Amino acid sequence: MARKTTQTRKAVVTALAWAIGFLIFFPILWTILMSFKSEGDAIKAPLDMLTAPWSLESYGEVQTRSNYALHFWNSVILSFGSTLLALVIAIPAAWAMAFVPGKRTKDLLMWMLSTKMMPAVGVLVPMYLMFRDLGLLDSRSGLVVVLTLINLPIVVWMLYTYFKEIPGEILEAARMDGASLRSEILYVLTPMAIPGIASTMLLNIILAWNEAFWTLQLTTSDAAPLTQFIASYSSPEGLFYAKLSAASTMAIAPILILGWFSQKQLVRGLTFGAVK
Amino acid sequence: MATAHSRTAARLMVSPAVILLFLWMIVPLGMTIYFSFLRYNLLTPGTSFAGFDNYYYFLTQAAFWDALRNTITLVVGVLLITVFGGIGLALLLDQPMWGQGIVRVMVIAPFFVMPTVSALVWKNMFMNPVNGMFAHIAKGLGLQPYDFLSQAPLASIILIVAWSWLPFSTLILLTALQSLDREQQEAAEMDGASPLARFWYLTIPHLTRSITVVILIQTIFLLSVFAEILVTTNGGPGTASTNLPYLVYAQSLLSFDVGGGSAGGIIAVILANIVAFFLMRMIGKNLEA
Repeated sequence: MARKTTQTRKAVVTALAWAIGFLIFFPILWTILMSFKSEGDAIKAPLDMLTAPWSLESYGEVQTRSNYALHFWNSVILSFGSTLLALVIAIPAAWAMAFVPGKRTKDLLMWMLSTKMMPAVGVLVPMYLMFRDLGLLDSRSGLVVVLTLINLPIVVWMLYTYFKEIPGEILEAARMDGASLRSEILYVLTPMAIPGIASTMLLNIILAWNEAFWTLQLTTSDAAPLTQFIASYSSPEGLFYAKLSAASTMAIAPILILGWFSQKQLVRGLTFGAVK
Repeated sequence: MATAHSRTAARLMVSPAVILLFLWMIVPLGMTIYFSFLRYNLLTPGTSFAGFDNYYYFLTQAAFWDALRNTITLVVGVLLITVFGGIGLALLLDQPMWGQGIVRVMVIAPFFVMPTVSALVWKNMFMNPVNGMFAHIAKGLGLQPYDFLSQAPLASIILIVAWSWLPFSTLILLTALQSLDREQQEAAEMDGASPLARFWYLTIPHLTRSITVVILIQTIFLLSVFAEILVTTNGGPGTASTNLPYLVYAQSLLSFDVGGGSAGGIIAVILANIVAFFLMRMIGKNLEA
């Protein structure tokens, strides 16, 4: 009897959860479906659109209309470049704070976090003028630096919470066994730190890929990543639904896949370790 | 334990990050403060000292109060949807069901969609009064299609932003739910506590901290919503969907009023700092534990 009610309950919960999940996912699904239709079919009523023949033409047109590959490449360079740069700066810092904590380590961490609280719009004007005067507007190098700086606090924090979990006793044990500092770092610490570094990297790539304040303000065409490129569809010419869908699908697909792998790390990273 | 030698090494390792963040924080912000006291327009040559004039004009223009109201409405509206929706969804996803992993993936997906994509997809494929899905549905039901973004621009933007952030609150609250002490729950059940009582006295207190974290972190991000407004309404009609970041952007980069825009930027910083103060205390407390 009790078993039967749990089965019924499970069925109801399943149906409800799938319905809500589908509803939330629907805009993304619809965009993907529309990207495989022709422009004429894309604006038809939903059922007519669904039954219209499938086609890949929009994907080709997106490239011929405005060199999609360039913007995709810009997104890759900006997100990977800024992430690697942030890691190079943050790994030693987080390492030192986790393993050689001083009296002021906590204050330092909190201060780093506070820089993240500054709204971008507060420094928009000087950043724009500086970029203009230095000839950095619409350049990838300038934007890599900005993206590195805005995500640096999160990177330090995430790494710190991961490094903190590496037990200090293991180092002492290695030292007892006569390990040199070099082999200690190479064979003991690095293998334990790599998972944390990898998840930090993953989350940061996602954040940099989707960053849509500085990328919109500081780029126009040559260095424009996908956020800016997609924004150009806000003032469209002619029929554009299928092209917008194709461009959007390609822009979100890589990050959706990366994101699904990083669900757990996402929580830790975005709450600065407050929820694990 | 740590020797003087390793202390010095540690300092050297930390300093690049500290110096860079310090420069990043102090140089542009200092410039914004400096500009905010200047009469400085990109279209007219020369600058002169303006005292508090820029602040005076920024704060007394009607657009500022509209923008402030819109900013608060946007933040509160999105928070209400995402917090209550997130609690409901997290409770649902925490139940035993078939295909939980797939549902989770579907629910989380919107968070990974870049703001310009989500805003344009909603604007064109769903809210467009001629070709959007809502218009098709309305016509199918024999109703007049509704022009969401010109009739209710702010509410539409709230919906779009809430869709992007609902996964965040759900994911965090679900993570918190899963760390709930099962034995405690079972003990309460054995003692005859009703499901409602268990929810109210065990689940909710357990979630309080996570809910606070969700509210504070989302507020930081929601105070800076920009891309969604830029690609959907451009702040209009009039100032109906202009928030503070958009107003500062419009004033400084569209009207070239560097002084006025900078004053607006400083006001935005002050507002964000009030929220940040509480968030920092919250996270700081957690660091002790």
